[in-house]
Amino acid sequence: MKPLTDIDQLAEHYDLAIVGAGPAGLSAAARASELGLAVLLVDENPAPGGQIYRSITTTPVSDRAVLGADYWRGRDIVARLKRSAAAYAARCTVWSIAPDVESDASPFEIGLSLDGRARLISAGQVILATGAQERPFPIPGWTLPGVMTAGAAQIALKSSAIVPKGRTVIAGCGPLLYLLAGQLAAAGAEIVAVLDTTPRRNWRAALAALPDFLRSPYLAKGLKLMAKARRSLRFLGGVTSLAVEGSDRLSAIRFERGGASESLACDTLLLHQGVIPSVNLSNAAGCAHDFDPVQHCWVPQLDDWFASSVPGIAIAGDGAGIGGAESAALRGEVAALDTARRLGRITIPERDDQAAPIRAALGRTLRGRRFLDLLYKPAAQFLAPIVDDTIICRCEEVTAGQVRDAAKRLGVTGPNQMKAFLRCGMGPCQGRLCGPTVVELIAEARGTTPAEVGYYRLRPPVKPVTLAELASLPQSEAAVKAVVR
Amino acid sequence: MSETRTDRDAKTGRGAHSAATLSFSFDGRRLIGRDGDTVAASLLANGVTVCRETPVSGAPRAPYCLMGVCFECLVVIDGVGNRQGCMVPLRDGMTIETQHGRRQPEETQG
Repeated sequence: MKPLTDIDQLAEHYDLAIVGAGPAGLSAAARASELGLAVLLVDENPAPGGQIYRSITTTPVSDRAVLGADYWRGRDIVARLKRSAAAYAARCTVWSIAPDVESDASPFEIGLSLDGRARLISAGQVILATGAQERPFPIPGWTLPGVMTAGAAQIALKSSAIVPKGRTVIAGCGPLLYLLAGQLAAAGAEIVAVLDTTPRRNWRAALAALPDFLRSPYLAKGLKLMAKARRSLRFLGGVTSLAVEGSDRLSAIRFERGGASESLACDTLLLHQGVIPSVNLSNAAGCAHDFDPVQHCWVPQLDDWFASSVPGIAIAGDGAGIGGAESAALRGEVAALDTARRLGRITIPERDDQAAPIRAALGRTLRGRRFLDLLYKPAAQFLAPIVDDTIICRCEEVTAGQVRDAAKRLGVTGPNQMKAFLRCGMGPCQGRLCGPTVVELIAEARGTTPAEVGYYRLRPPVKPVTLAELASLPQSEAAVKAVVR
Repeated sequence: MSETRTDRDAKTGRGAHSAATLSFSFDGRRLIGRDGDTVAASLLANGVTVCRETPVSGAPRAPYCLMGVCFECLVVIDGVGNRQGCMVPLRDGMTIETQHGRRQPEETQG
């Protein structure tokens, strides 16, 4: 591995640029590099690992039991990258991927920044391995200090060995809820309750997918996590409503279960209702997306090799649809093989031969995923908040009531029009935390589906870039001609 | 998150790694952070509960996702506003300030 610490160390051109150094990006970079491609792996975090293996090379958590054996497996993935010849730029942000109009040989122009300086480089192929983000969980008061995502607590633990102080409540649903509750408890957090919002009726829908799950590698792991968490922590199931209480910070969580309302005083509330693909970069790069009704989120349109609708851009890992860390690493390898084939480095039969065992393993890791998706599909009231005052766009402070009113009374039909009316999705997070909710609210108000409503049309730069960074870009002749009259 | 406890006992094993300590300031207060932590993590570890006030209503906000997605942890670092505290590694001598609402024109001298 060639670590790049300064933007000037980046080459003008790479055969393959990979965005994201989680399991998918690391594996794709290692495999492509082993096949002889000139690879650049870019990630905006200080160290490799993505979220699942965050800080795997730098974590101050030395007691291996706290984060569990699955976490430490990330070491092998990073070690493989280190043995490879790939270039790796940490703390480097990709803010744009666009067709390179000036070159036939290198189809992509990639805009990146490192330490406040920007560069444009070219790449023959791109693999997006930008992973997942937590599904927004808009409830009344969720913007108050003291409320965080469950993932945030996990990140704080992995990267800094800190846990919330005082009474902590975890609320929501999904397999990660048990893992996180276990990790935080093992690290010494005081978890006073886990409020489980899994809708009871989901079991009926999920039962059809149960046989596959019974043969899945998730089962033993999941049962162990659940049993351990349930033995040691207070679980309250069947929670149908949540509201944060407090004036300038969280003081309690009010919840309903079985028709009764209760309030629980706490210092920290951690919210989680599953993860969804992070689509900002793929969407801005022009890749087509569909709404996946089972995972209930937008996923890019991909072929068997994870190639997107834009020739030369593949999407691997959880960004291709949620599959978990093990499947992410395997998807990265599959995408890398096809990239090498497209660049003429290996033949189709060679690609297929090398992919066969990886595909078999991938099938095994994804077995049972459908059961989890159906069982942990969030309840409607947590996707499209019922209480009008609930803020759904945290940046621009737009409420569920405003979106509903604009959809019903003013006839706004889609999220992009909604931006013009309410500014939702126009704050610094660029729709990452309101997009899914805006779509749900419009679909509900107009009696249609998220698939029909569509999603934000996102544009580069997908992360904020300062004018100084843009001004410092080298000026090509074509760029000068474009503006000089 | 409320004040975040740095668990220095055997449970997380923190402290076993004797990471260097860094000195920085938040709204003029001198604070100590761990080398390797991000700005947002250091603020949490120091019990800072609010890092910005929104440009729309002035409501207090604190880090929410810690992974660069939510833009709630925006702070002013060494005079530059709108920095994502969760993405910036803490450096010795940093001057960090609460970001109060919108940036005002008179703040952008220099």
